[in-house]
Amino acid sequence: MSDIPVSHILFVSTALFFIGMYGLFTRRNMITMLMAIELILNSVNINFVVFNKYLYPEKLDGIFFTIFIVTIAAAEAAVAIAIIINLYRSHKSIDVEDATDMKY
Amino acid sequence: MSNFFLLLQQELLLTAIIFVLLFVKLSAKEWNGKTVLSLINILLVINLAAGFFFKEKGTLFGDMYQTNDLLRLEKNILNLGTLLISLQAYNWLLKHKHAIEFYVLMLSTLLGMYFMLSSSNLLMFYVGLELASIPLAALANFDLDKKRSSEAAMKYIMSSAFASGLLLFGISMIYGMVGSVGFAEITAAASENPLFLFGFILIIAGFGFKISAVPFHLWTADVYEGAPVAVTSYLSVISKGSMLFVMTSVLFTVFSKLLFQWYNIVAVLAVLSMIVGNLFAIRQQNIKRFLAFSSISQVGFILVGMSGANAESYSSIIYFVLVYLFSNLAAFAVINVVSEASGKENIDDYKGFYKTNPALTWVLAVALFSLAGIPPTAGFFGKFFLLLGGASKGNYLLIIVAALNMVLSLYYYLRIIKAMFMDANETPVERVALNWSPKISMFVCVAGIVVTGIISGAYEYIYSLLK
Repeated sequence: MSDIPVSHILFVSTALFFIGMYGLFTRRNMITMLMAIELILNSVNINFVVFNKYLYPEKLDGIFFTIFIVTIAAAEAAVAIAIIINLYRSHKSIDVEDATDMKY
Repeated sequence: MSNFFLLLQQELLLTAIIFVLLFVKLSAKEWNGKTVLSLINILLVINLAAGFFFKEKGTLFGDMYQTNDLLRLEKNILNLGTLLISLQAYNWLLKHKHAIEFYVLMLSTLLGMYFMLSSSNLLMFYVGLELASIPLAALANFDLDKKRSSEAAMKYIMSSAFASGLLLFGISMIYGMVGSVGFAEITAAASENPLFLFGFILIIAGFGFKISAVPFHLWTADVYEGAPVAVTSYLSVISKGSMLFVMTSVLFTVFSKLLFQWYNIVAVLAVLSMIVGNLFAIRQQNIKRFLAFSSISQVGFILVGMSGANAESYSSIIYFVLVYLFSNLAAFAVINVVSEASGKENIDDYKGFYKTNPALTWVLAVALFSLAGIPPTAGFFGKFFLLLGGASKGNYLLIIVAALNMVLSLYYYLRIIKAMFMDANETPVERVALNWSPKISMFVCVAGIVVTGIISGAYEYIYSLLK
């Protein structure tokens, strides 16, 4: 376990963060955008767990934070999907390019 | 244990109100809409009044939660705004099937803001922030059958989720440096280490999204236009005001060692917000969208005050948020009744408004004068104190830019006043019949605009709390 250096895991989490960001900016399907946001939140989770495990193992601050992030991300996804369903009822599409009634 | 109840008084009271509303909703009896709305407004008055009697200060949950007189004052300001918005929304909610859910969601966000204000730990802050923003997305979608409403909600939840992602990444970096998420530990360990600065800048970006400072403002106009008027006013005053309070306290205390870094960031955000907000406000046709850009430029002025980084600028921010609450809610009260009665929301529809609705025209005119910062309204003193606070750093270029932007903003505020008083219109808005609740709210707002400007006690009281 401790053979893997911190920097490797941080590299993975940062990569995940930017993959999520890229997905959010390029994908046009709202559900996929939501998945991209989950990627961003999970990269943060990896960060917290790794810092807690390697650098500050005597306290559990990071683990607690992760639990809260997972819970809140679930709540956020629930509300977001409800909104997307409502949007689908009025727009007949979940493509963000179609939700452009308001601009500039 | 008694300490728990004493320190959490405001939060517990609000939770009790939310539970009362849930029981009313779940009860088998079919309630009369008017009875329920009157009951809720009475509960909100009690909530506001009780806030002035609580005096305890201290910390709870192992230093995660703190409360003192200043935080209590900030919560009372938010309570006042919520009550005024509730009064303005009365007529809209009478026709709406889900009035009680509206209040449950709105008061949940208010509870989240309470915890966010009282947090002295980034975990508590994050939980409060999410409690304050997730139900707001549901509120933005409250005109269920309108296309624009759900579009606004989608834009809000996507951008706020992304903003909290950025904020969390910053928090995780700071946790990696410090080993704790408590404000006291972070204050002690703050340094100019690149990793710490990276986390710090991401946190500022997260704040910037929520207060819609310019490069992070793109969601603002769309969400403000699409959401129902009551929710727009809640977003622009309560949500933004609470975030400004938190941002000020975090920057002034937790990151006080990084003053040089955040001074520059805040100054750049201030200049961009003022200029972009003003330039875009000039070309708007929809009045809600117009107020969205005007609120972006007001945030720019608040950031000028924030850059001062001393007790004067702290109190000027709280004072300005109070003044801004009165002015913006007075404007939204008029827009709300007009949009409710006629469905008209464009600036051109307000031409010839004085002929048919002289009283409402004066309310809107006073509100716009206050937003523009014309004496003797409170908006003048609010902006004056903000610029004074910003000037204490000796960066007069920033103050000159802010002063020029005040002149620029006068142009577009006066454009609406000209449309209302001078322009002819063959089909002006019909005479709007007002009932008691919007009347009370407008009266309180106009009285607030006039009185907080004339009586210096308000500012001095806030200043005395910061000593």
